[in-house]
Amino acid sequence: MKSNVLEQTATQTFDLSARGLRELNSSLHALSGATNMTAWEVVNPKGAHAIAAGVDAPVDISVMGSTGYYCAGMNKQATIRVKGSAGPGVAENMMSGTVIVDGDASQYAGATGRGGLLVIKGNASSRCGISMKGVEIVVHGNIGHMSAFMAQSGSLVVCGDAGDALGDSLYEAKLFVRGSVKSLGADCIEKEMRPEHLEHLADLLRRGECDPTIKPEEFRRYGSARKLYNFNIDNASAY
Amino acid sequence: MCGIVGLFLKDKSLEPKLGAMLTDMLITMTDRGPDSAGIAIYGGGGDGLAKITVQSTDPAKDFATLDQDLKDAIGKPVAMKIKSTHAVLEVPADQTDAARSALAHLRPGLKVMSVGDSLEIYKEVGLPKDVAARFDLSKMTGTHGIGHTRMATESAVTTLGAHPFSTGSDQCLVHNGSLSNHNSLRRQLAHEGIATETQNDTEVGAAYITWRMREGASLGEALESSIDDLDGFFTFVVGTKDGFGVIRDPIACKPAVMAETDQYVAFGSEYRALVNLPGIEAARVWEPEPATVYFWNH
Repeated sequence: MKSNVLEQTATQTFDLSARGLRELNSSLHALSGATNMTAWEVVNPKGAHAIAAGVDAPVDISVMGSTGYYCAGMNKQATIRVKGSAGPGVAENMMSGTVIVDGDASQYAGATGRGGLLVIKGNASSRCGISMKGVEIVVHGNIGHMSAFMAQSGSLVVCGDAGDALGDSLYEAKLFVRGSVKSLGADCIEKEMRPEHLEHLADLLRRGECDPTIKPEEFRRYGSARKLYNFNIDNASAY
Repeated sequence: MCGIVGLFLKDKSLEPKLGAMLTDMLITMTDRGPDSAGIAIYGGGGDGLAKITVQSTDPAKDFATLDQDLKDAIGKPVAMKIKSTHAVLEVPADQTDAARSALAHLRPGLKVMSVGDSLEIYKEVGLPKDVAARFDLSKMTGTHGIGHTRMATESAVTTLGAHPFSTGSDQCLVHNGSLSNHNSLRRQLAHEGIATETQNDTEVGAAYITWRMREGASLGEALESSIDDLDGFFTFVVGTKDGFGVIRDPIACKPAVMAETDQYVAFGSEYRALVNLPGIEAARVWEPEPATVYFWNH
């Protein structure tokens, strides 16, 4: 029995090309807070879709290569690390936990995310954090156009540059950009960086495994001008 | 949704495997386009001969004596290679126009898929694996090629609605996305004397590029102006005699991944299409930027 326990607590290595996506995800979905199979390694991901989507347990999952659409989607509790680049919709609608992409992320990374932390160590392409609703996203590189479109709450931290139309039709998400912003979207404006923002940003940079030489003071903060999302009677004729 | 793959070889030692590598990439993209598939492959050339690839709905009848009939018509040697519903006719390069005119009389029902020194286009309705087997694509050799798997949105599932589309001698186009102004553009192009045969949106995109180049634009300029003149979503990959080009619309919601090593430049709608290429683990992998024209040439 003892050897059995040892085997269960060792890292679970799952060869995706041999055993398939359904077996991986059903194995991960079967885990709960009581599991002692807390460390997983997924080998041969080969750009497959929906790897480790829908996990709801406090486990560590490493994906040993690049992934396709919707990796770590809807994540709850788990820490999922992609040791490669991620395709479209990584960590889409994540609820909690941590997702770390060592490489780049394709479009709409962290879309509609409600909680947890998404870290992208390379660049993220267009629509990063679109419609985010509480997730915190830290991008070490640049982000593409239309990022944080209609973002409602949460924070998006960009250590590099942002593309066109950042924060278009923004609600109450906080956007922090260290580099240049190609253009701001409708109703997105630069805002004053207050001490509580610097403190929050310092925490995000630390948890986002950013280069410790990067300081919160090097960022600018952007947010909603709040002119678009409140109904304005003077604009009634425009509708 | 559609799938695009492309492979441009820098390392000549891979040329015998071009068809096999492209076929593997194409079949991987079946989920994105299970209703038709096609491939444009570039090889040979420089031998003073032109290739005319034709397609027939009745190949047994149309191709039976086609090489002899065409030879009699143009008075020059003709070589023919039949592959299922397609045949590649090789004629002296200076006889290309004469051969096309003769073909229109000899076999009015034939469709010309491509014309050029090195380009051959094969496309049919069916699963990509079946289309690839029908044309024996995995045995083909060459310097570069592009492939397409189609999930039809804008027009019927037919051979002529499949991609690639020819845009001129040794040039072709594949498309992922949908154009929304293709009907008005089709009418405008008709006024310019550029005829289209189907209700397909991509055929109009190809015809647009043909028209722009007829008016003096380079391929790069034609692609640049497509950003303003084509309304809708597109990732285009264009094949040229020397290489291929990529352009995405400014919104860029149609996916695109590229990989480059010392041996090749590869394009895929998804990274999945690239995973079996040699040395992919160490390749530079990136997403092409929106509204930016890229070219790779020999």
